[in-house]
Amino acid sequence: MTEPRQAANALELKDLSVAYRVGRRNRAVLRNVNLTIKAGEAYGLVGESGCGKSTVALSVVRYMPRNGSITGGSIALDGKDVMKLDGEALRRARADSVSMVYQDPGKALNPSLRIARQLTEIFELAGVTGQAAEDKAIAMLNRVRISDPVSVMQRYPHQLSGGMQQRVAIAMALANDPSMLILDEPTTGLDATVEAEVLDLIGQLRRELSASILFISHNLAVVSHMCDRVGVLYAGMLVEEGSTRDVFNDPRHPYTVALLRCLPRGGQRKDQGRLDTIPGFLPGIGANIVGCAFADRCALATERCRSEPPPLYELGDGRLSRCHYHDKAQSLPRATPADVPAVAPTQAPPVLQVKGLNKTYGSHGHPLRAVKDVSVSLRPGETLGLVGESGSGKTTFARLLLGLVPPDEGGSIELEGKQLAPRLASRSEDQVKAVQIVFQNPDSALNRSHSIRHILSRALKRLGGLTGKTLDTRLEELVHSVRLTDHHLAVKPRQLSGGLKQRVAIARAFAGDPRIVVCDEPTSALDVSVQAAILNLLADLQSKQDVSYIFISHDLGVVRYLSDKIAVLYLGRIMEFGPSEAVFSGPHHPYTEALLSAVPKLDRTESSRIRLDGEIPSAANPPTGCAFHTRCPRKIGAICKTQEPELTEAQSGHTIRCHIPYAELARLQSLERTLEVKNDQSKKRRSQGLGGQKLDHATKLDATLS
Amino acid sequence: MSAADTPVGMPASSAPDTAQRSPWGEVLHSLARSGTFLTGLFILLFWAICALFGQCFVPYDPLASDIINALAPPAADHWFGTDQLGRDVFSRVIVGSRDILTVAPLATILATIAGTALGLVIGYFRNIVDDVISRVLEAFMAIPVVIIALLAIVALGTSKVTVIVVIGLSFAPIIARTVRSAVLAERELDYVAAAKLRHEGAVHTMFIEILPNVIPPILVETTVRLGYAIFAVATLSFIGFGIQPPSPDWGLSISSNYGMIGGGFWWTVLFDALAIASLVIGVNLVADGVHGAFND
Repeated sequence: MTEPRQAANALELKDLSVAYRVGRRNRAVLRNVNLTIKAGEAYGLVGESGCGKSTVALSVVRYMPRNGSITGGSIALDGKDVMKLDGEALRRARADSVSMVYQDPGKALNPSLRIARQLTEIFELAGVTGQAAEDKAIAMLNRVRISDPVSVMQRYPHQLSGGMQQRVAIAMALANDPSMLILDEPTTGLDATVEAEVLDLIGQLRRELSASILFISHNLAVVSHMCDRVGVLYAGMLVEEGSTRDVFNDPRHPYTVALLRCLPRGGQRKDQGRLDTIPGFLPGIGANIVGCAFADRCALATERCRSEPPPLYELGDGRLSRCHYHDKAQSLPRATPADVPAVAPTQAPPVLQVKGLNKTYGSHGHPLRAVKDVSVSLRPGETLGLVGESGSGKTTFARLLLGLVPPDEGGSIELEGKQLAPRLASRSEDQVKAVQIVFQNPDSALNRSHSIRHILSRALKRLGGLTGKTLDTRLEELVHSVRLTDHHLAVKPRQLSGGLKQRVAIARAFAGDPRIVVCDEPTSALDVSVQAAILNLLADLQSKQDVSYIFISHDLGVVRYLSDKIAVLYLGRIMEFGPSEAVFSGPHHPYTEALLSAVPKLDRTESSRIRLDGEIPSAANPPTGCAFHTRCPRKIGAICKTQEPELTEAQSGHTIRCHIPYAELARLQSLERTLEVKNDQSKKRRSQGLGGQKLDHATKLDATLS
Repeated sequence: MSAADTPVGMPASSAPDTAQRSPWGEVLHSLARSGTFLTGLFILLFWAICALFGQCFVPYDPLASDIINALAPPAADHWFGTDQLGRDVFSRVIVGSRDILTVAPLATILATIAGTALGLVIGYFRNIVDDVISRVLEAFMAIPVVIIALLAIVALGTSKVTVIVVIGLSFAPIIARTVRSAVLAERELDYVAAAKLRHEGAVHTMFIEILPNVIPPILVETTVRLGYAIFAVATLSFIGFGIQPPSPDWGLSISSNYGMIGGGFWWTVLFDALAIASLVIGVNLVADGVHGAFND
């Protein structure tokens, strides 16, 4: 290998095959993966869970699980063949040239060591000790924009918030100045606002460091935001590769096309059509694949696809597609019809009316106001979306409705005009079955010792009051209504995939014909294609049964798709409440504005302008005046600090809690939108001027604004 | 069920094929491959066969005395020698497993049932119920088994039932504590909230919803307790509160013969002691294996 080539490619995988040994058989997880990451390049790897993304990351450093082995191909890191390294050389390579950042920073940091110890350790490995190592560690923390690094050094990981922990993890990864940085789902599980900060940080660091990045994520929008090139992995094979812009705007493999269609995009709503889904299943690991791996799920597949494995076709411009019919990929027919029954806007009296609801927890003697003076109303067949960062009181509010925790004295919850008792135990049978929930994590929500038949029959018996023959008939109907089959009744939850489990949970909630179903992040643990199917199911059930949803989600796209009304919560207070379209299109509360701008978008047109500093304050010690003033980018002065604004009606049904008058908010926000457009144009001009080299969005925007 | 049976539109996770085995199947599979467990099981089975059928195959009647042959050292006609009444030690050791292997397991079962019920109640209700009952149990655990036995025997008289009840009740709080901590973790899961949202009663939630999910720690604790129960039975018999003569019970034999060690008649005590040791080791190996199988 020649010197210049080494400099050009940070990572080169050639025909890499990896197998896991399960039940005395080697099962292929990666099949002849070819992948090259140039020096300084950010490469994104996307695909559903189980397609081998993390295995790629682990095999780069030959860090395989006990039953995993590299069965073929080669890995070159900085031109060095990783496969040929002996123990010591491999250890050095791992220490010096590669770093990894994992999904859960809470688990990546040692809980019983101070940050200082964990950071200096890395420098000590490189031979720097004592004060010098400490100075370097502080410099590292400064680099990842941690304010007050000296005090952070003395803390334990649990004393830092999730975002701070991930910054420390990134600082540790960058400490040895690696040539290759592997980020495995680094922002999954973080709030959108924190995610935006971490992504900005990674983007800024890219310019300061020479590291190449392998960015693994199931979130297409995040990858689109961060990466120059992207590879789509399916069943352990690279099925499409190209520049991010090309792959996401002009996909050439039916799988990529289908994945992109699963996302609710461009403010799509449930009454405008169902989301598309991907039929069938990912082949199991080690499956014997004849022909194209995606053929079974592809509506374009022909005889040729089933018998002849497609090669990686070169489409020019560095684009590759493993599809015989890559030129027709975008004509992939929909798997799920888009049409929806027209629903007339309801004028029925509200099914739910909440007035002045409060919840105060006692925390070490201090009152902690988890929910403060919340009033909302909801009509039958409508969805109320609850959005806000974690700690904003969304889940507590849901639990108050369900009666799982009793609210403070004073507020009221009315269901169909009748007062609901604060405690579940004192509610009538009819009231209990009328308000049900679909939990976030089906593994926790379904009893793992019971069969699906037991789980659903019990619900029908208790909530539907059914027995014997009628129960069996209804059970069958219920199972079919969530698109499960009779085969699923006999099994235990662990034998089902995440999506199927969530269907069982939905069926259970619907067993007693509920009036209101709380959906607490029901799709956050699912892949996009499964998420689309679950969202469609929820929308279908709603239009059929006229049930109302309280929908909680971090994903604003998902909330927008399903919701008719939105309540934005911050520290237990409603900051903005109104019809979904009004809240999303604006003018909005500065907090809503910040939340919206934090969401990475697939088409890369977003502005990275509004970033909230730091974390949500503690509800035990909320800021005086407007709860949001400590982080508000539009703070107008002392009044924000001293006086809590009222929730005032901006338009009919749309209320905002802000001292800035509505007209002024409208003016400010439209002003910036025009700026943004100009910015976008200048950006294009500049990037052309630089010979197609892309610059980081944030810097350009910072430059223009300052 | 295979993945192919599921309807269109639902991608499955590509779970590895091991997931097809049921959780209990997986535990059995790993037990069958655990040397620790199999060794322990072999020792247990050996003693179980001795307890059940020992009477049929021992060379001598374990109770028949033969004064002329008293205190004969181990030899071809008496492999383990004879005791001070001339009874065959080998036959006595084999048949002596019977009482301890009835009393100790029954005591453990009693402890498990009582402890599980208690643990479910205090773990499920928490708060005041937990505070009160837990303190009572801790106070109870502070009293040595021997003292409780002494009191019980004074009140109830000596019998196997007394021994079972004494050991069973004194081990119940320990099992209750294990079950309580498992229940505390379990009750935070959403399926318990879902049961509340169906207005299920406390008994249903405890015994139908939660209990099946806390079986693994209960099983592990039960096997560990069995080892201690064997030891406790032997101790009680040794000090005269346990199994009564003329049973050839090990603890009892050691108690009536240990004075002879000074005279050089070691065989009257050694083999009974080894029998107790081997049984306890066997049970502990099984407990280790079970623990490993559930926590892999």
